[in-house]
Amino acid sequence: MNEPSSTTIARELEDQSVREQQDLRGLLSGTWGRIRSGDLGAFPVLVGLVIIAVIFQSLNSNFLSSANLVNLLLQSAAVGVISLGIVCVLLVGQIDLSVGSVSGLAAAVFATLFVKEGWPLVLAVVGAVAVGLVIGWVYGQIFNRFGVPSFVITLGGLLGFLGLQLFVLGPSGTINLPYDSWLVQFGQLSFVPAWLSYVLVVVASGGYFVSQWLLARERRRRGLVAKSVQVMAVQAGVLLVALLFAVWYLNQSRGVGWMFVFFVALVLVMHYALTRTSWGRHVYAVGGSVEAARRAGINVRRIYTSVFVICSTLAAVGGLLAAGRIAAASQSSGTGDVNLNAIAAAVIGGTSLFGGRGSAFSALLGILVIQAISSGLILLNLNSSLRFMVTGAVLVLAVMVDSLSRRSRSEHGRG
Amino acid sequence: MSSRPVIQLRGVSKSFGAVAALTDVDLEVSAGEVLALVGDNGAGKSTLVKTLAGVHAPDSGTIEFLGDEVTIPGPNAALNLGIATVFQDLALCDNLDVVSNLFLGSEIRGTRLNEVEMEVRSWELLRQLSAKIPSVRIPIASLSGGQRQTVAIARSLLRDPKLIILDEPTAALGVEQTAEVLNLVERLRENGLAVIMISHNMADVRAVADRVSVLRLGRNNGTFAVADVSQEDIVSAITGATDNAASRRIAASTRTEQE
Repeated sequence: MNEPSSTTIARELEDQSVREQQDLRGLLSGTWGRIRSGDLGAFPVLVGLVIIAVIFQSLNSNFLSSANLVNLLLQSAAVGVISLGIVCVLLVGQIDLSVGSVSGLAAAVFATLFVKEGWPLVLAVVGAVAVGLVIGWVYGQIFNRFGVPSFVITLGGLLGFLGLQLFVLGPSGTINLPYDSWLVQFGQLSFVPAWLSYVLVVVASGGYFVSQWLLARERRRRGLVAKSVQVMAVQAGVLLVALLFAVWYLNQSRGVGWMFVFFVALVLVMHYALTRTSWGRHVYAVGGSVEAARRAGINVRRIYTSVFVICSTLAAVGGLLAAGRIAAASQSSGTGDVNLNAIAAAVIGGTSLFGGRGSAFSALLGILVIQAISSGLILLNLNSSLRFMVTGAVLVLAVMVDSLSRRSRSEHGRG
Repeated sequence: MSSRPVIQLRGVSKSFGAVAALTDVDLEVSAGEVLALVGDNGAGKSTLVKTLAGVHAPDSGTIEFLGDEVTIPGPNAALNLGIATVFQDLALCDNLDVVSNLFLGSEIRGTRLNEVEMEVRSWELLRQLSAKIPSVRIPIASLSGGQRQTVAIARSLLRDPKLIILDEPTAALGVEQTAEVLNLVERLRENGLAVIMISHNMADVRAVADRVSVLRLGRNNGTFAVADVSQEDIVSAITGATDNAASRRIAASTRTEQE
């Protein structure tokens, strides 16, 4: 039965989602059709980013300056990494409200081990990340064994780990990190050399094209309809030009920070895990229907535990990045709007609060929106009171878009 | 019914506390045969199916599968024997596409998911059932009730079962979709599977079943060859009365339906 069959292809050709891979017109009309039926994907976020850019640029001409954008990207890495973990938890239809506290606790543990106890940096980092890992595992056990809603468990964690953070920091309340330590250098001063940034961009879009081309070749070999080379080339070309322009513009000032590159790399790894491994498939399945997943033989408890562990671990990593960025761990590390920004970023980026829908890229896009708003308001010399209000409003708006598109999807039968 | 039965139940009983759900039930199905299992609400159909699916263990009686006496201690044991059950709620993930649902929990993978292989196998499977699915890459939510039923049945075929049990496959389906699912049942029979179909709909039963087995109050109340039994006989076996208001009314209404 391995022979390509013309009937298969003929039947597949009737299908819209396949037709749009054939040529550019199909690609455009297919994308437009999906958006109209409520399958919005990244569309609202991109529109939102453009609107934000236009508004702030017209109010302050520094907003789109190279220097400001470099800063904006660096600022977004720490909370972005935390948000990446939130995406995983949201995908199974759960929530983690304690990521801010866990990130602060990790920063405090790191600073204590590194500065006060004099541990080598690598061991201190490992210790702090392990704290996040253990916390996630405990959440998973409480959730699986006692059936406590994740909302309540992590609300307890929010307060409890903030307390632990204060305890670890001790009476002084702040531990400064030495400026010459690697983590602080990483967070503040290390940028990708210009030549390397261009090489990375070319490798990324080239890699995208090659992987698509290999996939298309394999599909054709098995008698399935595949993307045409034209579509692939245009997609890879657009990606290349967009990234080249972005990197060139950032290189006008300090360039692309390694910390941001690290964040993007984590996003790509997560994207791979979610879409190309059976673990990722099972995460989406649990988010779609727990009962169906269980009956399909998926170990649902293990999936829950794994996402809680990933979320808390990434929260700890984000906490370390934030500590490196400000060269200190303090009582205010991970407090304030960190929690809400991380969750808001995931939702604004298009990950559904209702589970089973979203992608790793929503953490990247969402945090860019939040940092853009924050940076714009700071440039306008507006204090945090207004920033909180605007971010809160944008979050509610994003959830409204999510709910509306969900309704539209079910009306158009797209799930 | 010349061939040896795929599954044969003898004297199966099951009680829940003081309630006898099944008493001394006999049942057999051969390869390439569709057996309709009918009965009123609470007649024990679901309990019987759950016994075969490994959800409940029978209190007494024997189950022979392909001639060997077996016990079915759990759902996985049933699957490993070659008994697949499609329950009424289908248990599909609305947010995943057809391929993902078909292979959920038993993905084909090397270092990563082999999507191409899974897609090819999905098309083969659906073609084998002559199923009308617009695309294997659209989410289940976009499919009609009949198409969902098709996907659920196709998934149960992945493990190459000998016996497939369908729990009210046409409930809540429209006319055309019902026809689609009944065609599918025909296809299963042609492929040499033994099929047990629970149904409340006499028209469906007469359309695809070879034999009808009636349960009443947890006991066998007759097994008929569909070809030589009238609708009234089945209905009266279900209700337990040859002539009462209920059987006359049901018989009359099903007769008008047919006309």
